[in-house]
Amino acid sequence: MHDMSGHAQAIHHAPPTSFIRKHVFSLDHKVIGKQYYGLALVAVLIGMVLSWLMRIHLGWSTSPIPGLHWLSSTGAPGDVMTPEYYLQLMTMHATIMVFFVLTTAPFAAFGNYFLPIQVGAEDMPFPHFNMMSFWVTLSGFIPLIASFFVSDGPTLGGWTQYAPLSAVGAVGGPGEGAGVVLWATSIGLFCVGQLLGALNFITTTLDMRTRGMSMWRLPLSAWSWFITSCMGLTAFAVLMPACILLILDHVAGTSFFVPGNLVINDQLQPHSGGSTLLWQHLFWFFGHPEVYIAIVPGMGIVSHILITNMRKPMLSHRVLVYSMGALAVLSYMVYGHHMFVSGMNPISSLAFSFPTLVITIPSTIVVLIWLGSLYGAKLRINSASLFALGFISMFISGGVSGFFLAQPSTDIMLHATYFVVGHFHLVMGVAAMFGIFGGTYFWFPKMYGRLMNETLGKVHFWCSFVGAYAIFMPFHYLGLAGNVRRYQAFVVDYMQPLIPLHRFITVAALFTGAAQLIFLYNLIHSRFRGAPATDNPWEATSLEWSTPTTPPPHNNFGDQLPVVYHDPYQYGVESSVGDYVMQASSEQVITAHDEA
Amino acid sequence: MGKFFAVTIFVIAILSAIPILRHTWWMAEDISTHGAPIDEQMSETMAEAGISFLASQIILGLFIWKFSSSRSGDKIKSFPGGAKAMVWAAFLLVGTEVLALGVFGVKAWANVYFTPPSANAMPVQIQAGQFAFYFRYPGPDGTFGPIHPDKISEANQNFYGLDTDNDADSKDDIVTAEMAVPVNREIHLLMHSKDVGHSFFVPELRIQQDFVPGLDLSVHFTATKIGRYEIVCTQLCGLGHYNMKAYLSVLSQEDFDAWLKKEAALQ
Amino acid sequence: MATTVTEPPRIEEQRERQRPIGTSGNGGGRNLVPAQGDLRRVKDYSPPPSSTGIWVVLASITMSFAAFTSALIVRQGSAADWHHLTLPGILYLNTVVLIASSIALEVARRQVGAFMKAHTDRAAAPSLWLYITFLFGLFFVAGQYVAWLQLRSQGLYLATNPNSSFFYVLTAMHALHVSGGLGGLFRVIYKLKNSTLRKSTLDATSHYWHFMDALWLYLLVLLWMKL
Repeated sequence: MHDMSGHAQAIHHAPPTSFIRKHVFSLDHKVIGKQYYGLALVAVLIGMVLSWLMRIHLGWSTSPIPGLHWLSSTGAPGDVMTPEYYLQLMTMHATIMVFFVLTTAPFAAFGNYFLPIQVGAEDMPFPHFNMMSFWVTLSGFIPLIASFFVSDGPTLGGWTQYAPLSAVGAVGGPGEGAGVVLWATSIGLFCVGQLLGALNFITTTLDMRTRGMSMWRLPLSAWSWFITSCMGLTAFAVLMPACILLILDHVAGTSFFVPGNLVINDQLQPHSGGSTLLWQHLFWFFGHPEVYIAIVPGMGIVSHILITNMRKPMLSHRVLVYSMGALAVLSYMVYGHHMFVSGMNPISSLAFSFPTLVITIPSTIVVLIWLGSLYGAKLRINSASLFALGFISMFISGGVSGFFLAQPSTDIMLHATYFVVGHFHLVMGVAAMFGIFGGTYFWFPKMYGRLMNETLGKVHFWCSFVGAYAIFMPFHYLGLAGNVRRYQAFVVDYMQPLIPLHRFITVAALFTGAAQLIFLYNLIHSRFRGAPATDNPWEATSLEWSTPTTPPPHNNFGDQLPVVYHDPYQYGVESSVGDYVMQASSEQVITAHDEA
Repeated sequence: MGKFFAVTIFVIAILSAIPILRHTWWMAEDISTHGAPIDEQMSETMAEAGISFLASQIILGLFIWKFSSSRSGDKIKSFPGGAKAMVWAAFLLVGTEVLALGVFGVKAWANVYFTPPSANAMPVQIQAGQFAFYFRYPGPDGTFGPIHPDKISEANQNFYGLDTDNDADSKDDIVTAEMAVPVNREIHLLMHSKDVGHSFFVPELRIQQDFVPGLDLSVHFTATKIGRYEIVCTQLCGLGHYNMKAYLSVLSQEDFDAWLKKEAALQ
Repeated sequence: MATTVTEPPRIEEQRERQRPIGTSGNGGGRNLVPAQGDLRRVKDYSPPPSSTGIWVVLASITMSFAAFTSALIVRQGSAADWHHLTLPGILYLNTVVLIASSIALEVARRQVGAFMKAHTDRAAAPSLWLYITFLFGLFFVAGQYVAWLQLRSQGLYLATNPNSSFFYVLTAMHALHVSGGLGGLFRVIYKLKNSTLRKSTLDATSHYWHFMDALWLYLLVLLWMKL
């Protein structure tokens, strides 16, 4: 037995033969990526239906929604949603979307599938941990869904689960019983799963790059997954302890987050001494990096798609990488902007607002680089590039509303209103979804050897783009008018005139939701009946388009790992294949693109 | 399709801006003495955000229009100045703009939080609990009696857990379900949560502040216009969160005195 | 503009003649197509993954315990109900045991390393010191349990007061991670017996174990100072 070091030895696992090993407990990062995508798909369908129920109720809060009592007879007696059920559905909508869709799809799904291929490796270095990461994440999904079926229903405290409401136990009201423990267990498991994933992503990027692949030669998508996994490593590691302490307060009578002298239902509560704000600090220390975890992979994917479809590289590869890195680092310093009026020291509020304003700068750099790179491009319009361009528009729209929320003084008027809800839905929810859609249309041919239907893709895009603006732009107006968030109905006098706008939004939401079914149909139909795709239908350059077969073989590159001779985005050249040179091609092309 | 996309972006950008410019849905009128700097910050931010939004969406649309219709012989071009120009633009334009906002905004914030209430501000206590606000006025002796949490009882309408038999200070406290204040008089609002997190928001007063269980916070304000306004809870506190509100009446001094007398009689 | 190359490129950099359209990302700027297919000029940039991997794991564990630490500090400051407890005496014995286990692990590491380098066909792989490490680790975990029993006998349970809460939480989380380390040690012993052990696996497991040691010393000081 001798010492084998070096990356080449890393992972040689033989191709699996049994069904279970091939499709269920697979060590292959590509299967794991698809499993994550499947999880995200199920999650987004549930999350979207929840949003429909919420929006219908908000428009017509005293009316029955036919059939709702089948979902929950206590939550909707006579098909009329109770106030607590609205909050429970809202909490589940947010939790499912943020964790199981926005973190799972752009990062865990696409990242698992394509990061090893883009660095030129056979697989990730720890395939058993990788497999565990999916199954642990999935096992986190189960308690969350199970909470729909416990007697008290899911927790209603929002995805933010502020203490003491979340910590005092069932006495806090319906939805504060077992649902909270299930929520915290679910999220705790999710954290573990993502930590295992981050381990693989980081070591893949640092240690598994093939010959010739320096860090600067990595595609922007690979960089975005790497930066995101660094954030995940540190952020999820803080949320998990917070969830543990929350569960203990809830079931074991500890008082980490619950102060004394609380009276609920005329009964003095047994806790004492805990700090309510402690939960907020722990949660948001995780929570702010989390929103960047949701968006940075989208930035990488969108950059990657755009470059191929512009037939030119970005104005500066390195500036984009540095900017994404700056966003990641700064994201830890801004979290207090969620707590400006929380009772935290008002000086801290000012202290947090400055990095929050400063983080505008790397975000602006990224947008300006995208815009500047569009100049002089030979832009190809297809479903993938439409969603990538749509991402830019959504990110701009969602980003500028951040100017208001970054300042404590203006936040006084906008905190906890629909302005915030509009901001994060546009800048994170819709933008990241567009990144996911773009990535799907772009990479589907490589994953399945078939093309998705372009016409359906374009219809999907138009409905989604216009629809998303129709839904979320009005949220900002509602917020300016003082419409408070997390209200199941509008009984406040000054909010009555806003109800018609809510109804408009609901109609837009149902229409946009219906359009997503076009995507679902396209996905499933193309999987089995899509037109056959060549190995490189987009004439792209990065390593995933150099695999010997499509879909890639078990070990990604067959007998021989690629050797990288080029930057990832050699476009706008004259080569033997067209206006591009693939990264793994040994063809030498003297171009104006080479840096001095 | 690129041109169509560009037109769509232009239309959406302009349509989005119209309700803002016309104030179709807008903040309530400001009746506070500290609100003017906040509203000024809002306007400045709106101008900067609006310009950034419109400019970038229009540029996006323009570039998509122009560069999606290239022919096969066209050569790709580079933006003059390259990435450096973008980085400089970001630092100089946006960087200075947002930092200016931040610096000027300090004053608006300091007005609210770093100026202590004046010595003759009228103290009023507000207690937030699932799912109502109750107010307490100190009465002629000017002091609030102690709160006994174990005595709090909604059933007995003893919302503050006062022990009027044994605490002298509690005897003249006036507990109400609506808040009234005299116009042009500074109020020192003492905030207390009975159970979970809540928040106090009156858009016209330009105040929003969370109640923190276990922490006694306060805000102070002066209302400058007589009228009836709503206090709403903005921190998710349970199923009744949407319904947790109270009325704030700003009255003339005489009307306020009369109101207080009437409430005192009802204790 | 592209040219077809008829001779191998010179290795030194070529200054570009005109401003670049864009940069597509490159560590050095040259097209590294090697002369005569000499791959030595195409660098292999990557170190072995398990050494990176273990530092990644330790980074996240550090963050978790940092979160617990800040929770402790904030909780102490938030109310006047801090009741100092006397640390059970067995904690000090457990500390000695854990340090001894680290020493044992280092001995084992050197022995196994020498064995691997020697390429001799010795019958038995040197696993004795690995077993000793494992045993000490088990003693540590058992000893922590005894510490909990001692605390219970004083009437200090999980929810009794914030000090006891943090004591149980911190020691339990640490013991949980130590148990994970025991699993890693078991795997190392198993692989050693099967002659499938890589040096990097042994090194990674050792780093983890020593980190648990260092983490315990940190926690002990924290508990002693704060609780």
